[in-house]
Amino acid sequence: MNRSRFLWLIASFVTAAGLVWIWQVVADNRLVNPVFLPGPDRAWMALVRGFTTGDLDVKLLATVERMFWGWLVASLVGVALGAAIGTSPRLRAYLSPMLEFLRPLPASATIPVAIALLGLSDGMVLAVVAFGALWPVLLATVHGFSAVEPRLYEVGRALGLSRAAVIGKIALPSASPDILAGMRLGLTVALILSVVCEMIAGRDGLGTWILLAARSFRAPDLYAGVILLGLLGYATAVAIGLLEARLLVWRSRSR
Amino acid sequence: MNSSWWKGLVVPAALIATAEVAMRINGSTSMSLAAPSDIAAALAAALLDGSMLAATRDTLISAGAGLAIGGLLGLALGILFGLVRPVDHLMEVTVEVIRPVPSVAVLPIALLVFGFGYTMEIAIVAFSCLWPVMIYTRSAMAGIEPRLMEVARALRLSPWARISKIVFPAALPRILVAFRLAAAIALVVAVTVEIAINPLGLGYGILVAQQGLQPALMLAYLVWIGIVGWSLNTLLSLAQQRLLGRAARVEVAR
Repeated sequence: MNRSRFLWLIASFVTAAGLVWIWQVVADNRLVNPVFLPGPDRAWMALVRGFTTGDLDVKLLATVERMFWGWLVASLVGVALGAAIGTSPRLRAYLSPMLEFLRPLPASATIPVAIALLGLSDGMVLAVVAFGALWPVLLATVHGFSAVEPRLYEVGRALGLSRAAVIGKIALPSASPDILAGMRLGLTVALILSVVCEMIAGRDGLGTWILLAARSFRAPDLYAGVILLGLLGYATAVAIGLLEARLLVWRSRSR
Repeated sequence: MNSSWWKGLVVPAALIATAEVAMRINGSTSMSLAAPSDIAAALAAALLDGSMLAATRDTLISAGAGLAIGGLLGLALGILFGLVRPVDHLMEVTVEVIRPVPSVAVLPIALLVFGFGYTMEIAIVAFSCLWPVMIYTRSAMAGIEPRLMEVARALRLSPWARISKIVFPAALPRILVAFRLAAAIALVVAVTVEIAINPLGLGYGILVAQQGLQPALMLAYLVWIGIVGWSLNTLLSLAQQRLLGRAARVEVAR
């Protein structure tokens, strides 16, 4: 990292701090109704209080768990199904029109159906999150597998590799940038769906917490929850970015 | 591909037929599932009495208005950040902190400020459309041929003329791609907000059908939401190709 980049980063942090300060001044002078906009100090205190005397950590963990398990199931199923569809032109001809139709369907629209089938349970949440996060992973995998250099497949055939070996040694590494991009998108979807499911089904978690805070006009608690969700979104983006950098090291090296 | 388009219909047709037969054999008294023929009947009935069309209108109005507001804001910010590098550098941390906030997290804030109704839904849709448009526009600015900017400087164009005559046309293909993505997001967010809390539109329709134990109507809504989403996507792709012709294909190929 060079010097000017570092200086800009510091300047950028100062700008962000300045904006928080403006937020504080606006809230202190009651330029906006404090019911809607508590100052950052009150939001921060609510956050600290939630963690020390409340059970915000339990709620945070519940949301993270829902998101993670749903995403994991979606990723495994999505890569497996995507590998099957992506390596077989016949399966692709039969299935891809249906997948194209299902792709733009808002995943949240399946929540009422899932509630009718599975009730207001954790299984319902898991099903919805996994179903919603499946699409980005599945479609990215199919795309990645069909975009593999055809000559690599020819090499595999010439070497007499089995289908599993072709997938494991040729297609999967070649498609991994697409798959990781799909998993990144899937993680965002998983977080959103976990929160929505909590809001609708009333499962204990951050989603219920911020909705209850809004309904009882506890604005500082609400903002604390939103800040926490923002941090969670940021942390997951950073985590998958690190994973990507680690798994795709060969890609930057070969360039 | 043209000679085998029917292959795409085989699997859905088989699934529908299986569901139909299974429901008929078991006798459909389920509160969560319905036979495909019952779903089709419920869909036709809801379309004919106008309730589903009214709900579609509500959802599309909210999604469209949110897309327009969020998209224009994102466009303006993207042009500003893309052309004035210092501003981009200064706002980096702020943008990176706000952007990953999930759209549903701002939902309770919008509820608190606007109450139920169109306004709160439009605000949330606008928030979620702003970011993709902004980021695509910003990178489109970076992709403009530098010599075009030199020409603008040589001609001493005013900043406004520079944006409207050079920057905007040069970046238009990528900006349209951004708006197409944002339109898909807008529909998803609008339906999500309706299902979560807002008593309006298609999302509310499907929730009410579920709570009223009308599985056929609920699944009819699900199918209809799928049709609306698919049509919107297809229309926008077609529009993009018509508007840009070869420029759009270049963009996809890249």
